[in-house]
Amino acid sequence: MLGLSVDRLRADMNRLLALLFHQGVLDEQFLQLQQLQDESSPNFVSEVVNIYFHESEKLLRNLRGLLVDKEFSDYKKMGVHLNQFMGSSSSIGAQRVRNVCVAFRAATEQNNRPGCMRALELLEYEYCYLKNKLHELFQIEQQRILAAAVRYPVVQQQLQQHPNNA
Amino acid sequence: MGKKRQGYHMVAVRVNEQLGTKRKYSYIHIASKPRVLGFWIMLMFFLSQQIYDYLDDEHKERRKEVLVSMCDQRARMLQDQFNVSVNHVHALAILVSTFRYYKDPSAIDQETFAEYTARTAFERPMLSGVAYAQRILNSEREEFERQHGWTIRTMENEPSPIRDEYAPVIFSQETVSYIESLDMMSGEEDRENILRARATGKAVLTSPFRLLNSHHLGVVLTFPVYNSKLPNNPTVEERIDATAGYLGGAFDVESLVENLLGQLAGNQAIVVNVYDITNSSDPLIMYGHQSQDGDMSLKHVSKLDFGDPFRKHEMICRYLQKAPTSWSALTTAFFLFVIGVLIGYMIYGAAIHIDKVEDDFSKMQELKVRAEAADVAKSQFLATVSHEIRTPMNGILGMLQLLLDTELSSTQRDYAQTAQACGEALITLINEVLDRAKIEAGKLELEAVPFDLRSILDDVLSLFSENSRHKGIELAVFVSDKVPEIVVGDPGRFRQVITNLVGNSVKFTEQGHIFVQVHLAEQAKSVMDVKFETCLNGESECIAQSCARQFNTLSGRQAADDRSSWETFKHLDDEFHYDASSNTTINNANQSVALMVCVEDTGIGIPEQAQKRVFTPFMQADSSTSRNYGGTGIGLSISKCLVELMGGQMNFTSRLHIGSTFSFTVEFRRCEKSAVVDLKKSLSDDLPTAFKGLKALVVDRNPVRAAVTRYHLKRLGIQAEAVSSIRTAVAVFGKYGSLITRNEKLPDMFLVEKDLWMSGEEDSFTQLSKWRQNGLSYKLPKMILLATNINGAESDKAKAAGFADTFIMKPLRASMVAACLQQVFGIGQKMHGRDAPNGSTGLRGLLCGKRILVVDDNRVNRRVAAGALKKFGADVQCAESGQDALKWLQLPHDFDACFMDIQMPEMDGFEATRLIREMESKANAQMNGVCTTEGTTRKSEWHIPILAMTADVIHATLDKCLKYGMDGYVSKPFQEKSLYQAVAKFFESQPVSNS
Repeated sequence: MLGLSVDRLRADMNRLLALLFHQGVLDEQFLQLQQLQDESSPNFVSEVVNIYFHESEKLLRNLRGLLVDKEFSDYKKMGVHLNQFMGSSSSIGAQRVRNVCVAFRAATEQNNRPGCMRALELLEYEYCYLKNKLHELFQIEQQRILAAAVRYPVVQQQLQQHPNNA
Repeated sequence: MGKKRQGYHMVAVRVNEQLGTKRKYSYIHIASKPRVLGFWIMLMFFLSQQIYDYLDDEHKERRKEVLVSMCDQRARMLQDQFNVSVNHVHALAILVSTFRYYKDPSAIDQETFAEYTARTAFERPMLSGVAYAQRILNSEREEFERQHGWTIRTMENEPSPIRDEYAPVIFSQETVSYIESLDMMSGEEDRENILRARATGKAVLTSPFRLLNSHHLGVVLTFPVYNSKLPNNPTVEERIDATAGYLGGAFDVESLVENLLGQLAGNQAIVVNVYDITNSSDPLIMYGHQSQDGDMSLKHVSKLDFGDPFRKHEMICRYLQKAPTSWSALTTAFFLFVIGVLIGYMIYGAAIHIDKVEDDFSKMQELKVRAEAADVAKSQFLATVSHEIRTPMNGILGMLQLLLDTELSSTQRDYAQTAQACGEALITLINEVLDRAKIEAGKLELEAVPFDLRSILDDVLSLFSENSRHKGIELAVFVSDKVPEIVVGDPGRFRQVITNLVGNSVKFTEQGHIFVQVHLAEQAKSVMDVKFETCLNGESECIAQSCARQFNTLSGRQAADDRSSWETFKHLDDEFHYDASSNTTINNANQSVALMVCVEDTGIGIPEQAQKRVFTPFMQADSSTSRNYGGTGIGLSISKCLVELMGGQMNFTSRLHIGSTFSFTVEFRRCEKSAVVDLKKSLSDDLPTAFKGLKALVVDRNPVRAAVTRYHLKRLGIQAEAVSSIRTAVAVFGKYGSLITRNEKLPDMFLVEKDLWMSGEEDSFTQLSKWRQNGLSYKLPKMILLATNINGAESDKAKAAGFADTFIMKPLRASMVAACLQQVFGIGQKMHGRDAPNGSTGLRGLLCGKRILVVDDNRVNRRVAAGALKKFGADVQCAESGQDALKWLQLPHDFDACFMDIQMPEMDGFEATRLIREMESKANAQMNGVCTTEGTTRKSEWHIPILAMTADVIHATLDKCLKYGMDGYVSKPFQEKSLYQAVAKFFESQPVSNS
């Protein structure tokens, strides 16, 4: 029963990842990131992603603050923030967020305030979406790890049985 | 790309604008054209009219001149004749006065007068007759009448009433005898005439009137006759007193002029009128008809002077006919008009034609622009689409990889693996299509970097080694010694072509061999030609030979191209030995080197009818091929394009069920001699040099195969000799064994082909193994078996037979041979981690234990970079700003490398690098000072490799990186391959400087 759930969780995870890939929310960089995770750093991905969330929220706050100030929007500063945002997004493979950042930066370069507002909204939306999905992913993964830990002996047993079946 | 697309749009818009303006312009032009033509025709009409008028005027002028001259001529003649007549009458008057009044009695009477006048009538052609009237006063009348015996009568032929004086005609010419005794003074005109004549003493004329008898118009001329000599300048009274009589003559003007005109030519053409215009308001006609016939438009008036100052006469001439229309002028003008219109029409037609052509041209241009746009769009579409496909494909492949990592049942695994294989095939196909599109768009640019051809061939071979081994195909490469080690060209594309050809061969070959040869083109060509000729000469023999013998190819199977058999091969090799020295000097002179590469296989071959379209993309030999073997058939066309880009040609010969040989030529440049040495170190996959000087004996029946083996050994610096059987090998060894005292070196190893060993000669082996057992092995050669594939039983057997040392699995590659030999001889242990240069192990080898500083302001990036580097065993230290980095890198430090983000607030990567380098150079200067004084050759200066981390990998950025003293760059986000490439570059040199 529980073993099934491990498989299901894994399948769920893969499905979710596939969906995210399909939607272009993530790109192969995320896989690269996952590959960096091994025994020596078991929580590498979630660690990086959490840093990313932390940083991103700060950046988003700053961006909104800069943009709300109607008289004096510091577009240059926004550009700097966006560069950061873009860099970190491409590092974790958040492709759609990154693309929005590119558009946003283009808008700031043209001092296009409505464009910036639109881009910011879109960015927040994309960011929220990404965050939700990644949270979901990590949740599933945690569950899976838990389930796997529980199921460990059974898996062993199954594995032992397997050659016999073959 | 967005920018690019925009740019394209702008161009397109601009082009459209241009077209638009041009179009508008020409449109106006077209519309105005008929108007211009009409204007032209009108102009021509006016012009021709002008010409007509001019010609007509000229004609009229001439007509007028003719008229004038004719008129004047007539007038003059008339006048002359008139004057002649008048003079004669004058003479008669003098005659009468002389003979009648100066002689007494009168010497003249009617008879004499008549006689005389009749005889002199020719002198007065204009006068119908002359008469003499005597002046008789009334007082003298009776006497006169009595004397003559008749009474004076009036013109009406009645006895004259009494008057003051009379002028009865006493003498008359016979023509006018009817006027004798008529009183001249009774007629109005005559009387007037007489009075005027005697007053002036000159000839006077009457106005024209109808003459008595003839009823012709005429004038009467009257001369006074004086009875005595007049004083000089007499007064009128004196004249009247002296008047004795009057001589008169009638001018019959009408007949006169008629006569006159009759004498002149062309008289019928003109109408002549003579007028008396004494009374200018009422001209009296003297001659001619008053009727208005003839051409009224043109007339000429000539003055006539008949010698009577009181009377004025004139002659008016007109043409009888109206001026004939001047046909010449009309036709000339008409023709000119026609010509003008024609010319105009021609120009119009030409203009219309030009317009049409221009229109067509602009249309074509538009179409061309559209076609080009479509082409660009196609390329863009291809690029975009393939990119768009590649991105999700990467996802799919990644996920499949993930899926494979999970626990799967064997069927699931199989499905997943199939899916992955398909995905990979798809990616390759997309890449190929993209390549093809790039080539077609001419966007493919070839690199020119130095590379080692042989190692590339080895690489390609290694790609297919698994496959070929599996199929049991002999796969071998041979590069002629003449081919330079390092050439300059595009290794990637060269590899692509070779890979494609070899891949094809592997795909279509089930048994036999695939043999890649590289020769210098000119050498290969000359030899082949010679060979071909001989083959042509003895063709039948050739064929017979090829049927009968075991073919002298790599695997002993027949190949499509007979020329590549052993005979040629040997020839090629021999040739090389012959003129090696001369050739190299020659080739050194020119910098380009043309290579001839042959890929020969013994596959299914290409059917004759399909050979034509082998190079057409997406065309395979026939549809069944793709069914049986898969593939799209785009590879060959790409290869051909690539080869052509590299300045060569590709062609092939193929025989069905026998095999195909693809050969192509490429042009590379030679590398500078000095550079070769340096490059060799870095480029050639550093074959160990530990085997230099070793000797080997290759035991192989097949000379081609032996040559290949020798080639690989030679690359390792091993002297190799080939013998055809183990027996000879043993014999050779035995000979050496006996000559052991001499300095002759014994072969260090025997390389024996598996099939040779399998075919028997057990005894020789037993002898060898006997030697071995006898403890002679201190100098015994190592026994090595060469095999394409080997199974467990065979390997056991081989071990038993004495090949304990090792097997070398084909296909042979120098590096692999080296590795095996190392194993056998236990030398050259210093093969480090570079054996597997790609992949994480290589990276691990490079980075393990290295201390690396990562400078990035972005926490996420920093963490990822650190994570990645840590994964490969590096000891990572992070710094979050340029200043931070400077602190860490204060000398002396123990970092091996630094990864530097470029875009950082406050102090960016360039600035930080500059400062670091400054710091280092200061320290180096100090240290150098110390070093030179000490005279030691201490290792290196401070120079920490700094790698830029950047998201954009434009060249400008790279150049800037290098300018600021960085050593390289890694594109962000980190990717293993690029990281390896970047890191390998300077960590490679690290051990060199260390040692």
